[in-house]
Amino acid sequence: MNKKPGILGRSYTALILLFLYAPIAILIIFSFNSTRSRTVWTGFTLDWYRSLFANSSIMDALYTSLIVALISAVVATIIGTFAAIGFHNMRSKWRTPLTHINNIPMMNADIATAVSLSLLFITLGSVLRFRLGFGTLLLAHIIFNIPYVVLSITPKLRQLDNNLVDAACDLGCTWMKAFWKVIVPEIRPGIVNGLIIAFTLSIDDFVISYFTAGGNIMTLPMQIFSMTRRRVSPEINALSTILFLSVLVLLIIINIRGARQEEKQKKRQAALNK
Amino acid sequence: MAKELIRLSKCSMAFDGDVVLDNIDLCINDKEFLTLLGPSGCGKTTTLRIIGGFLKPASGDVLFDGVRINDVPPHKRAVNTVFQKYALFTHLNVFENIAFGLRLARPGGKKLSKDEIASRVMEMLEVVSLKGFEKRDVSSLSGGQQQRVAIARALVNRPKVLLLDEPLGALDMRLRKDMQNELKQMQQATGITFIYVTHDQEEALAMSDTVVVMENGVIQQIGTPEDIYNEPENAFVADFIGESNIVDGIMLDDGLVEIFGRKFKCLDKGFKPSEPVDVVIRPEDIDIVSPEKGQLTGKVISVTFRGLMYDIIVDFNGFKWLIQTTDLSPIGTTLGIKIDPDGIHIMSKSQFSGMYGDYSSYSAEYDEISDVDYEVEIEDAEGARE
Repeated sequence: MNKKPGILGRSYTALILLFLYAPIAILIIFSFNSTRSRTVWTGFTLDWYRSLFANSSIMDALYTSLIVALISAVVATIIGTFAAIGFHNMRSKWRTPLTHINNIPMMNADIATAVSLSLLFITLGSVLRFRLGFGTLLLAHIIFNIPYVVLSITPKLRQLDNNLVDAACDLGCTWMKAFWKVIVPEIRPGIVNGLIIAFTLSIDDFVISYFTAGGNIMTLPMQIFSMTRRRVSPEINALSTILFLSVLVLLIIINIRGARQEEKQKKRQAALNK
Repeated sequence: MAKELIRLSKCSMAFDGDVVLDNIDLCINDKEFLTLLGPSGCGKTTTLRIIGGFLKPASGDVLFDGVRINDVPPHKRAVNTVFQKYALFTHLNVFENIAFGLRLARPGGKKLSKDEIASRVMEMLEVVSLKGFEKRDVSSLSGGQQQRVAIARALVNRPKVLLLDEPLGALDMRLRKDMQNELKQMQQATGITFIYVTHDQEEALAMSDTVVVMENGVIQQIGTPEDIYNEPENAFVADFIGESNIVDGIMLDDGLVEIFGRKFKCLDKGFKPSEPVDVVIRPEDIDIVSPEKGQLTGKVISVTFRGLMYDIIVDFNGFKWLIQTTDLSPIGTTLGIKIDPDGIHIMSKSQFSGMYGDYSSYSAEYDEISDVDYEVEIEDAEGARE
């Protein structure tokens, strides 16, 4: 049954990996190239990184991206945590439709979410007198982050013992104390994961930001896009390298955490079955 | 003279129109080991949750030491609970789980010092034989050990009353028996009132001072284990506690009952002449004799080896009785039986008459009784509805 893949299977896998990762590898390599050429290697340099950090429009965009990612991730995590707990304790008559609504930003193509949010903000803006800008950008990011936070917390809630809150109250907690001393610590891994995922998604987003940020403010992906329209600078390679590595690190952290929790869960199950 | 500690007075409860408790009156004495016993959905867990403060009765009063506590929240009651499936805090280690209640400021009392907490937790670990486990992750413990942590976590607060909701349900047979003894000893050593919920009648008989048998949200009988077993009030109690043959009889006179047209001597008195009654005959109270000497004769139709004895089913004119005997009588044998007067117990007719005590479908009934998982599922559903 457990036959090792033949030569054909292996080369197929190798080809897929090559097509997936070769462009990224080349991009990283040429971010250290000493000339503008993207085809000929002419020598090692860190100049592009230096000029990248000297480029104020890129740095501004990076700053905007980080701030939006940080705030939206934190806010989405807080809202998402309460939403997940609310959903969990609802009767299924209400829970099912509400979770479906909550999942819309996740199910939709980004472009659909982007256009709808943009239209919504413009319409509301004309009534309430505000314009697309940092506020709408942040709001949009919070909105598309919430379902992912809910998604990462819900399984943790399902694993909880039904009597956990009762047990805490029984031992002397008020309901609020039970929430902070028992529920939050018990689902903390889910909350932290949700936070990281939300941050990553926010940093990574282009389409929704493009439609909701208005003309005066740019996130990093938007900045890169606008740069490629004029002339392609190796600074972009340098920036992409940094972005790629940061996202990679975050993803690795998420995966390691996931694997560890699974291990713990397995141990627990094994102990219970003893 | 035992002192009354908790009283439920005319307590009723309904979930979504289903009546779960129907006008319950119950009195629990100080230092008593009281067991609420009944099949799933009989209202025993609901009763426990009302005492714990997790549910408010729809009507009726809950009194603690004579004071009405209907509106007192769980964290202000001098009661602690050991939950089904333990409900331990997995983010804390064994020590912190047990110390959880001690670390919270008591209403009206001052916070305990660190040393005091440590010494009380260590003392408790010794009581539940978990010395040396304090640093362990609770998820790394076996079911029996987690059970002990749950008991320690509740007892360390020195409650007046400990509530236990099917605490041994998830353990295997061997461990259950050991824990039953330990719990009983703990109760006697600490002098704390235990209120214990179970569907396991053997457990109830073995551990309790008082057994409360419940069904359909109504208390069917309250009494000592001996009373409940020997003098069941109605057919439900007789059937639920141990094995019983329950047959229709007619009371001819004080001490004389007619079953299947034959007269039997018994010890029961006070019934009207010719009153129809339910007659309980325990399988172990039936003596097997030769057909000529028997008060009744029947044919063996099934034999099951149970280790200590055989369970044999005997057909008397179409009504099947269970008899427990140490002597093997092969299938097809015709035998006679004799019942001593003290082996016959007479009960008035009740709503349960005719529902229990016939062993025509013996094996199926046995399966249902021993199916623990089935029970737990129903109880969960009850919990979810709340």
